[in-house]
Amino acid sequence: MAFDSWQAFLAMGGHGVYVWSAYGVALLLLSGTVLQVRLERRRVWRRVSRQARRGRQRGMDRGAS
Amino acid sequence: MWAYLHKLASPQGFYALSVRLSPWCWGLALTLMVVGTIWGLGFAPADYQQGNSFRIIYVHVPAALLAQSIYVTMAVAGLVFLVWRIKLADMAATAMAPLGAAMTFLALFSGAVWGVPTWGTWWQWDARLTSMLLLLFLYFGVLALRGALGGRQSAARAASVLTLVGVINIPIIQYSVEWWYTLHQPATFSVTSRPAMPSDMWLPLLVMVLGFYCLFLAVTLTRTRHEILRREASRRWVRALTGEGS
Repeated sequence: MAFDSWQAFLAMGGHGVYVWSAYGVALLLLSGTVLQVRLERRRVWRRVSRQARRGRQRGMDRGAS
Repeated sequence: MWAYLHKLASPQGFYALSVRLSPWCWGLALTLMVVGTIWGLGFAPADYQQGNSFRIIYVHVPAALLAQSIYVTMAVAGLVFLVWRIKLADMAATAMAPLGAAMTFLALFSGAVWGVPTWGTWWQWDARLTSMLLLLFLYFGVLALRGALGGRQSAARAASVLTLVGVINIPIIQYSVEWWYTLHQPATFSVTSRPAMPSDMWLPLLVMVLGFYCLFLAVTLTRTRHEILRREASRRWVRALTGEGS
């Protein structure tokens, strides 16, 4: 451990503002990336299943006529 | 060999590969980044000159490396798309652009907050910082072109051309610290010589760099897959996928 206490860890020898803001923005950007990918995944699958349903319907129409 | 490559370059072949590989990449990226962060923040020794602000290196260097690597990868993909008309290359370039922009922003931001205690200023119009800002604008340009022109062929061509033109900026970023007088210190890592810092400082950095590259791979594999689904939603093989669930 490079620090004696949690207080010392948070203070970062007086450089806490700089260190934690850099890590905070990193965490924000990285979790934002993960969230974006997950939302995109849902959106894309919804679109694919819509297309598939439409395709099946078209297939049935053709089968009926 | 060629048959294998040909299969990989097809959306369907790449899709299968991506499904198999991407969970490992995500897992590895998360593990390495958590280990690297804890190691770098809590266990690496403080720098004798910079004190604890030096710990910003563990996000700054990986972000800056990724920002440039992603750009070069995008440029290669753009070239492949323009020359051989391989659609998959353009889908991959589309998939990695936002992460590249995010990493460029992170490199600039972490550099600025590191600059305050170290140089006494958060910004200076010097060669390294300015060329990095230009990289951010190049990413914005590529994203804006794709956004404005939609998924059309013209968007893909325009974005590829812009990416290729902008690649001139990469060697400028690389050599800016040698060609011009700048505040920025030269590279921390080089392939040819041992790092000029003790191993308990650069080992966590290496872990972080590897973690960031795994994330790059994970995001690119997953988002290229999404791009394939989006563009090929009406194809029979994509429709067949819905039978298997999500």
